[in-house]
Amino acid sequence: MSMRRKYLALAIGICLFSGGASAQSRIDHFGFGRDATADEMARYFAISPSGAGLPPGSGTAKAGAAIFANTCAACHGDKLQGNPAKGIGGDRLIGGRGTLASKSPVKTVESYWPYSTTLFDYIKRAMPFNAPGSLKDDDVYALVAYILSEAKIIKPNETMDAKTLPKVEMPNRDGFVPDPRPELQLYR
Amino acid sequence: MIRAAFTAEKRVVEPTLVEAVFTTMLVHKPAGPPLRFIIREDQLCGEFELNVKPRLHQAWCGCRLVVGSLRERNLNSDEKVVYDDKARHMAEQMVIAEQRQIAQRLREDCDCKDGMFPRRMISSRRGFLVAAGSLVGAAGAATLAHAETAKAPPGAEFFTVPDDPTKEQGRPVADQSYGTRSQFETEVRVRYPTPNANTSWSLTPLDKGLGNITPSGLHFERHHGGIPTIDPARHNLLIHGMVGRPMTFSMADIKRLPSVTRKHFIECSGNGLTEWNKPTMKTVQGTHGLLSTSEWTGVQFATFARETGLKEGAAWVLAEGADAAVMTRSIPMEKMLKDALIVYGQNGEAIRPEQGYPLRLLLPGYEGNTHIKWLRRLQVSDKPFMTREETSKYTDLLGDGKARIFTLDMDAKSVITFPSGDMKLPGPGFYNITGLAWTGRGRVQSVDVSLDSGTTWYPARLESLPEPMCTVRFSFPWMWDGKAAVLQSRCIDETGYVQPTLKQLIAIRGDNGPFGSVYHLNAIQSWAVSEAGDVTNVHA
Repeated sequence: MSMRRKYLALAIGICLFSGGASAQSRIDHFGFGRDATADEMARYFAISPSGAGLPPGSGTAKAGAAIFANTCAACHGDKLQGNPAKGIGGDRLIGGRGTLASKSPVKTVESYWPYSTTLFDYIKRAMPFNAPGSLKDDDVYALVAYILSEAKIIKPNETMDAKTLPKVEMPNRDGFVPDPRPELQLYR
Repeated sequence: MIRAAFTAEKRVVEPTLVEAVFTTMLVHKPAGPPLRFIIREDQLCGEFELNVKPRLHQAWCGCRLVVGSLRERNLNSDEKVVYDDKARHMAEQMVIAEQRQIAQRLREDCDCKDGMFPRRMISSRRGFLVAAGSLVGAAGAATLAHAETAKAPPGAEFFTVPDDPTKEQGRPVADQSYGTRSQFETEVRVRYPTPNANTSWSLTPLDKGLGNITPSGLHFERHHGGIPTIDPARHNLLIHGMVGRPMTFSMADIKRLPSVTRKHFIECSGNGLTEWNKPTMKTVQGTHGLLSTSEWTGVQFATFARETGLKEGAAWVLAEGADAAVMTRSIPMEKMLKDALIVYGQNGEAIRPEQGYPLRLLLPGYEGNTHIKWLRRLQVSDKPFMTREETSKYTDLLGDGKARIFTLDMDAKSVITFPSGDMKLPGPGFYNITGLAWTGRGRVQSVDVSLDSGTTWYPARLESLPEPMCTVRFSFPWMWDGKAAVLQSRCIDETGYVQPTLKQLIAIRGDNGPFGSVYHLNAIQSWAVSEAGDVTNVHA
């Protein structure tokens, strides 16, 4: 077989092979999954520090105090001091300002949490522990107002809603730094 | 009458008596000085009963008992060990749980092993049922005595052991079976005794682990709202937010997409949180058990991203679980498009309920909390959502009062699993030191072992080819001369990062941890071997 004929045979082989591959059409999308419906998406929420995602409604510390006593105090204490008892283990919610740089840091909503919106998101999402996701939005706003008021972050008469809550400045708002790892000191 | 478990430190024992100061953290504590009572010196741990009014029982059920001279310790302002009430309570509870675990171990039936590989006593109700059942058949007192100790551990079934298995037929091949482990294998996960078992964690028994893969039933757990039961036929994954086309995928849809299979470790960034200030846990299960490795099967996030499209500016993805905690974490898009997997397979079968059945996020090398289990939703965004877990919990408070946020990568780490804490070497001679090394920043490059507390280092042997973001088992042949030694290992990853000492880490992050810098303790672990062969957890 001459060199020329060898190349010819090779070319025919390539044509045949690519001809075979073209039997499968190009894959743009797999065709699995469906369009998400508006209803479906409306069932979920996630609230960012900008306030995006906050629902309508409002609440005050006064309303929150009553809800807290009934729904939250068993685990978080009637003074929001937490309850480490067996079977409970609710976090302390207020106090601890000025302790973060000490040898006994006390991390609470008041002393540590950087964003007020997180409080709304978490209570609506996962509280109370024995009936997660059962609170109405007005109740969540009221509880947030109560906790922030007890923490002396807002005034007792301030109303919390989608407009006011994101504007609340948390004491430890500037207490966080990005991850610097790998730590340069380890390379000395 | 109240019952409470307690523990004490030997170094504060007075010659004949230990004074116990009983305090409470609860609001309902009666006013006045703390209660005092006397316990015997040899009762350094255990349970006690106290005659009190029933009304006070509830008020005291969260109390802790401090044995020794509390006031003296407080007067010493240079005292380095600083835990807040909650941290101290949890550490004490963990020590108690571990002691209970150790107390359950069988004495070895021959001197040859002498505690080297402690086996756990089996204490399930099944044993009693077996014992009761075998009485009906015949056999008498000998069978009863045997049956009493013949209790199958979790995951095993009890079978009578023949004198000579070659002289009788074994069990027939079962149709439609799943299989159990040997009744002689006893390792189990141990739960960290947080007050609430629904938000708690359990630790993998690394001391008896073999090879690289963690058996699915021994994979460590961390749940914030219990383990949900989810019917895969009703479970969907919603992807929306800054995407071209918001989409919903059923489990059947997901399984039809092209898949990948990769081995990766998952480590909770809280692994070893009891060990910052002093050696607290006795065993490697206690110090390092929030580490497990599996072979995971699933679909790359990039595959989904091409289906939905991504909008300009999409930089973060919120992942949400379908558990009672509705766990959420924000993940950088860079990571999601680099190697994030949406997995449904673990070690050749569907992932376990404790691991997120039917679907979980797998982020190779990232801290465990971000690997959202029971994954139901991904919301694409331009900014992180600052969820509770990523702000108030999984952040690292430093000595200066500032906290690191989004500390997602797990740095290089290693630990010797044999010999390790609470084992006993029977005498001088050959020991095959073995352990695990891993890094969240790529492959393990090499592992060194030291026999003298880090003064001299020798290269260890890697037992398999290191894979990215996966553990590798190492070993080191050691001829023990019977002298006291301190065993250490250090991992060097492919970036050149060398696993640091605890001293180095504390110099950078401060010494206000637990509940200061709780997370990301990747320091070199030290095991002291005494001349008698006892292996203990030490800071060296």
